[in-house]
Amino acid sequence: MSSAAAEDVAGTPATPSGPRRRKSVTGTRRTAAALFLLPALVLLGALVVYPIGYSLIRSFLSQSGDSFAGVDNYRALFTDDGIRTALKNNIIWVVFAPTVSTALGLIFAVLTERVRWGTAFKLVVFMPMAISMLAAGIIFRLVYDQDPDKGVANAVWVGVHDSFAESSAFPKAHPGRRSPLRSDQGGFVTAGTVHTGRTVALPLVGVAPDRMPKGAEPAARAQPQPGKVTGTAWQDFTRGKGVGKLGAVDPSEQGYAGMRIEAVKDGKVVASTKAAADGTFTLPAAADGARLRLPASNFREPYNGVDWLGPALVTPAVIGSYVWMWAGFAMVLIAAGLAGVPRELLEAARVDGANEWQVFRRVTVPLLAPVLAVVTVTLMINVLKIFDLVFIIPPGSSQDDANVLALELYRKGFSEDQPGIASAIAVFLLLLVIPVMLFNIRRLRREVRR
Amino acid sequence: MHSTLRMRKSPKQPTHSTRRAALTAAAAFLAGALALTGCGGGNDKSSDDKPSADGKESGSTVTLPELKGQSLEVAAVWTGGEQKNFKQVLAEFGKRTGAKVTFVPAQDPIINFLGSKIAGGQPPDVALLPQPGAIKQAVDKKWAKPLGPEAQAELSKNYSQGWQDLGKVGGKQYAAYYKAANKSLIWYNAKVFENAGAQEPKRWEELMTAAQAVYDSGVTPFSVGGADGWTLTDWFENVYLSQAGPDKYDQLAQHTIKWTDPSVKEALTTLAQIWGRKDFVAGGANGALQTEFPASVTQAFTGGDQPKAGMVFEGDFAQVNIAETKAKIGTDAKVFPFPAVGGQAPVVSGGDAAVVLKDSEAAQALVTFLASPDAATIQAKLGGYLSPNKSVALSAYPNDVQRKMAEALVSAGDNFRFDMSDQAPQAFGGTPGKGEWKDLQDFLKNPKDVAGTQAKLEKDAAAAYGSGS
Repeated sequence: MSSAAAEDVAGTPATPSGPRRRKSVTGTRRTAAALFLLPALVLLGALVVYPIGYSLIRSFLSQSGDSFAGVDNYRALFTDDGIRTALKNNIIWVVFAPTVSTALGLIFAVLTERVRWGTAFKLVVFMPMAISMLAAGIIFRLVYDQDPDKGVANAVWVGVHDSFAESSAFPKAHPGRRSPLRSDQGGFVTAGTVHTGRTVALPLVGVAPDRMPKGAEPAARAQPQPGKVTGTAWQDFTRGKGVGKLGAVDPSEQGYAGMRIEAVKDGKVVASTKAAADGTFTLPAAADGARLRLPASNFREPYNGVDWLGPALVTPAVIGSYVWMWAGFAMVLIAAGLAGVPRELLEAARVDGANEWQVFRRVTVPLLAPVLAVVTVTLMINVLKIFDLVFIIPPGSSQDDANVLALELYRKGFSEDQPGIASAIAVFLLLLVIPVMLFNIRRLRREVRR
Repeated sequence: MHSTLRMRKSPKQPTHSTRRAALTAAAAFLAGALALTGCGGGNDKSSDDKPSADGKESGSTVTLPELKGQSLEVAAVWTGGEQKNFKQVLAEFGKRTGAKVTFVPAQDPIINFLGSKIAGGQPPDVALLPQPGAIKQAVDKKWAKPLGPEAQAELSKNYSQGWQDLGKVGGKQYAAYYKAANKSLIWYNAKVFENAGAQEPKRWEELMTAAQAVYDSGVTPFSVGGADGWTLTDWFENVYLSQAGPDKYDQLAQHTIKWTDPSVKEALTTLAQIWGRKDFVAGGANGALQTEFPASVTQAFTGGDQPKAGMVFEGDFAQVNIAETKAKIGTDAKVFPFPAVGGQAPVVSGGDAAVVLKDSEAAQALVTFLASPDAATIQAKLGGYLSPNKSVALSAYPNDVQRKMAEALVSAGDNFRFDMSDQAPQAFGGTPGKGEWKDLQDFLKNPKDVAGTQAKLEKDAAAAYGSGS
């Protein structure tokens, strides 16, 4: 808008006085013009043109910079695995980050127009823009932390998950040395069969005393009962002494209160029970000749949440943090555009019987199209050079999977001492940005003409 | 009126009291500083007339020239307490010679930092370089100047041949190792070991027994900071050095044998005994890969009887992180040397070496001083520091843990080896998400794939060694 106005101001006097001025151009005015342009040209030349030119030259030189390497650096660009991952991720970024940000911005802008506290809401959504990328990166590093006690993303996820599936009391319990138990389908089963009138010992280890379920008591040796299978399931580990007496109940060892025990015959459960507070249990005569199984449900590991920053999810996770920052920017621009949309058109549509969705879809969005295009394209340019977030958020083990071109450029140039390849990446990035910039310039020109 | 008066008075009160608090704090600080410099001052006197009260440190062992009015700059990457302690050593040098020494804080990688300083025509006089590769680079670029005869004499008197050789490039002495790191230590939570009835192991098999006992007691045995690749390379180096021996270690470091060598296979298989058991590593492989080194240390020493892990492997510098927890080093947090996998227990070390960048009498004198036991003793007393200097009395270290680590380091004689990944080209041994770091992270995730890991290591090594040299 302002540039259009400026052009107008500059253009109007130029047209009528054009022919007259051309006559007077005898040198003095041209030198004056050059003189005035010089500072800008020098600055642009030194800070923009020269570095681009030098990068271009450097990209054809070898690693040490003293010999010509031809297109080797560019060939590396498309054969190096790291760069290929970076390229792939860049495409994901360019496709998703600007569109999601713009879409969210549009929704926020349209909705905030209708609520009383719209400005306050806008302020809150816009606030992340005031934070530096670095700080935002550190914040999201914490948000995505694996430990549910630290990372809010996993805290929510685990909270939701655990309200549907609870973890068990003995996640790490396992048979100790020379145990009669074998592992079976995530649980454990006795090697031999059990018989009525005899007792069975089910020793396990790996549960710390203060992790025992509440109400667990010192384990007791089971008494044989005629017509019943009896036994004890307990933690066969004496604190400070190791196992104590192997496979036998020692005084300070605790029973596995609430451990589920099943008697299995030919793959069918014939009887089941739960261990008492002292770890003892009793099974009816039906269990005679069966094997005893401690089913997997006893040992279910506590749910540890999602690997947000693991190799699979790291790029979407980082894009999420980007959207958090830039949706506010999109919202503000779109809201400004929305303010310029003539109310009468919306009113007319409503009078004609369109519902709100139709008004939004058929009137608001088409009218906003130029603004949406500007926002998306601006964000695209922004996203192509994304670096900070990807540098900070992923841990070292998955930085490779989150790699983007700008980060790869940095790594090649500064930590691997490959300035040739780094320059080639820089030139390649420039080539990628040029079409988007051309589109933006053209659109601006069209706007000016209108 | 009344109220305004009071109003005017009340804001004054706090400033007064805070000023007084500041004053007392300053006084306390001064007193502390005096106490700290006390020994230094005594030492200073001892060099010219009578012996100081401090018996151990009496009499300087090194003669330094008079350097009144000269000024020196020393660059190193140290920060925080390390920097503060090192400045005390520099102050002592200033006292003995009259030279003015300024510490220049540098950024990592220091070689790039020096490059920009040299390009700007203002190199520091002396720099402390953390890798042998950096020393070689500095010599190749003609930045480093050879050490003078005084410094060499000091080196041959106080250092084992191995440490002297590390500072040589092309047979010429360019660097004097001032600070060493012992990277062959396993820290453990004493309470966990006591509960499990486990003993400090001397051999790998005993380590596995202890780990099993810890696991049976209900605590995960190991904490691995897998998000940082260098902790994993250190694991590998210790196992490899002990199992394959120092000669093979050197060959692998030079890449004259391939990573597909059977000895590498054996070492990886041994490592998989720990890495391959999901329940032996805190959080499993995926959890470990998201745990950075500082967290991997602190999680072994927080949580009372139930920490996330019982043991954590890393160098002496882990005590900085332990100090952030409530655990007390020496009682709650204990340490044992990395157990022997093969014939001899490994000693993998790191270290910072002093290099002269601007040849002058003062710069040479400073390196001579740093190579003397006098300098090392001052910093040893302040803690958090190990010296490769064998003339430093073990009694100079402030506690048993430090003494144990220093003893292991010095008693290894010439059988210690410098961190292999620090000797490798940076693209292979020093870049997050690349080369050896990444390959071992993948191995931690999939410890069954020994052959595939070897192939990847060899491919990356070939590329890095080929282009790097």
